[in-house]
Amino acid sequence: MAGSTGETIDLTGIMVEAGLQPADYLVVAPVVIPILFGALHLMLRNRPVKHGVLAIIGMGLLVVCTFGLLQRVLDTGPVTMTMGRWLPPFGISFSVDTAGALLAFTSAVIALGGAVYAAATSTALESRYGFYPFFMLMMAGVSGAFLTGDVFNLYVWFEVLLISSFGMIVLGSEQRQLDGTMKYAFLNLVATTMFLVATGLLYGTLGTLNMADIWLKLNGEEAVQGPVMTIAMLYFLAFAMKAAAFPLNFWLPASYHTPKYLVSALFAGLLTKVGVYALLRISLMLFADQREVLALFIAWVAALTMLVGVLGALAQREVRRVLGYLVISGIGTMLAGLAIGTQTAVAGVLVYAVHSMIVMAALYLAAGIMARLSGTADMAGSGGLYAASPMLAGAFLILAFSVSGLPPTSGFWGKFVLVKSALEVGAWWLAFMILFSGLLTTIAVFRIWIFAFWRGGPEGTPDGAEAWTVNRLDEKFRLHSALTLGVLTLLTLGLGLAPEMLLSAAADGARGLLYPLSYVGSAFGGGGQ
Amino acid sequence: MEVYLALLVGCFFIVSIYLLLSKYVIRILLGVAILGNAVNLLIFTSGRLTREVPPIIPEALQVPAEATANPLPQALILTAIVISFSFFAFLLVLGYRSFQDLNTDDTDNMRFAEPVDQLPPPKGY
Repeated sequence: MAGSTGETIDLTGIMVEAGLQPADYLVVAPVVIPILFGALHLMLRNRPVKHGVLAIIGMGLLVVCTFGLLQRVLDTGPVTMTMGRWLPPFGISFSVDTAGALLAFTSAVIALGGAVYAAATSTALESRYGFYPFFMLMMAGVSGAFLTGDVFNLYVWFEVLLISSFGMIVLGSEQRQLDGTMKYAFLNLVATTMFLVATGLLYGTLGTLNMADIWLKLNGEEAVQGPVMTIAMLYFLAFAMKAAAFPLNFWLPASYHTPKYLVSALFAGLLTKVGVYALLRISLMLFADQREVLALFIAWVAALTMLVGVLGALAQREVRRVLGYLVISGIGTMLAGLAIGTQTAVAGVLVYAVHSMIVMAALYLAAGIMARLSGTADMAGSGGLYAASPMLAGAFLILAFSVSGLPPTSGFWGKFVLVKSALEVGAWWLAFMILFSGLLTTIAVFRIWIFAFWRGGPEGTPDGAEAWTVNRLDEKFRLHSALTLGVLTLLTLGLGLAPEMLLSAAADGARGLLYPLSYVGSAFGGGGQ
Repeated sequence: MEVYLALLVGCFFIVSIYLLLSKYVIRILLGVAILGNAVNLLIFTSGRLTREVPPIIPEALQVPAEATANPLPQALILTAIVISFSFFAFLLVLGYRSFQDLNTDDTDNMRFAEPVDQLPPPKGY
């Protein structure tokens, strides 16, 4: 250790003295770009410039950078960048491995889709009240959470994405929104505070906040003195609440149907998955022994989350509220993989997370288009949308297949890998729950399709009477929404037809999470380069 | 010293959880404020307390000559104070605006997003 007085510390092998290549900055670029564009949007928010185009440029750059980062991590293994001249474990490190880079890339793709959709839907008033700065800063928080290698820094990114999400969810200030925001804000604040409590106790016990160093200390020779199990449980509590796992899920269905559709789509696609990622990173990688002890408990939480989510979806009438409950059910499916904890299962969680991000965002956007066409959010209040837009009906059908986990879509592979891993360890009841919730999801989501698209008119009118009227959409909205929804739908279809790349990347990510030696090596220099 | 502070932190948590369980937004807000302070004190205590020795390194040395006060928890708390203050400010405005627009401070009456009398989904085609 660099402890003895008066000596010069030898930095070779630990710190790169040579000038950095531009490619090395890819590690921090996914955070820097959204912050820069957020600042730009903040300055320009009162000016009559094309905010949407600016946002598309920013998110396009983010997609390029995260794709480059993912390529690099797949080629060379985990990459670490430490800020300032503070040697690890003292400085704040950004450590990127395959799991983080994969999710950061997927979230960037969804954000780009969101920016394209926003360019056609956001009003001048929303721009003035700061929709775009919030959007950009939320992406900075999401990317930072996926890439950081420091627990306290992870907390800071959580807060960054949370405060910007508050701004986005309350924008518009309708009564419903204020009510939804109350529940969303208070419960999420309590969750992140629990995260901070756990982090404070972890620092008191281990004296370090760097994830690689925490892993070394927890898996070192000497046993750790301190309430490690309590800390692991507190982390699980905090992230399960962020991810909306039963019984801490009530903030999600109370709030996700209140803001504008794009905001719902971004939240459903990105925010709960950050919670799942944090669970993987902290509970699976750092507290591996404690997760073993908690495995059965997590399995119960997962099974109940799946069941409660999908039963809630069956009881709803409003399209977005159905989708909100389906988000929860998807979280349960991912938690099942965490409970099993084998390499196959964790790979399944990553595949399912990528799938769920794409398909939930796409479904919320589809619901937005449906609401614009029919003028109502009620599934049975519209009807006849098939005649109004056959392409939308087709896209919704593919997304419905995907969210139910049916081939030929990406949802099938996520569930396939998870069920396979559950049967491998003999957890047949968990495999049954995954399949059963898939069946109920099919009913819930196809009911929307039948009533909104297939039926000739709204509830109460005789079928076949074609007694429907739909609103006309303006050209710009048609183009932008068709582009966004089309690309996301093709993405879930493409990942279903050719899943090899995703499966191999997810397997690599799972290996990195379960055996993080190269991650630790990259953080401390020397190994893993 | 750590023991007394730990007990104080415990008291803070008890008070804040009691307030958070209330139905009224203003009490929940007070609970949030106290919760933030409880966590800050907790981080401070878990960094161990060393009094009256500032963490200053003499010019000739690389590390401090003797055990000093731990500066890291103070940096963490500073970050956490800024964050919890801004959150509290947001929630305060949100609570006030909700009181103006929803005409209620009682969370039991806040049923605008999830109405009590909503219809069940259609039973048949």
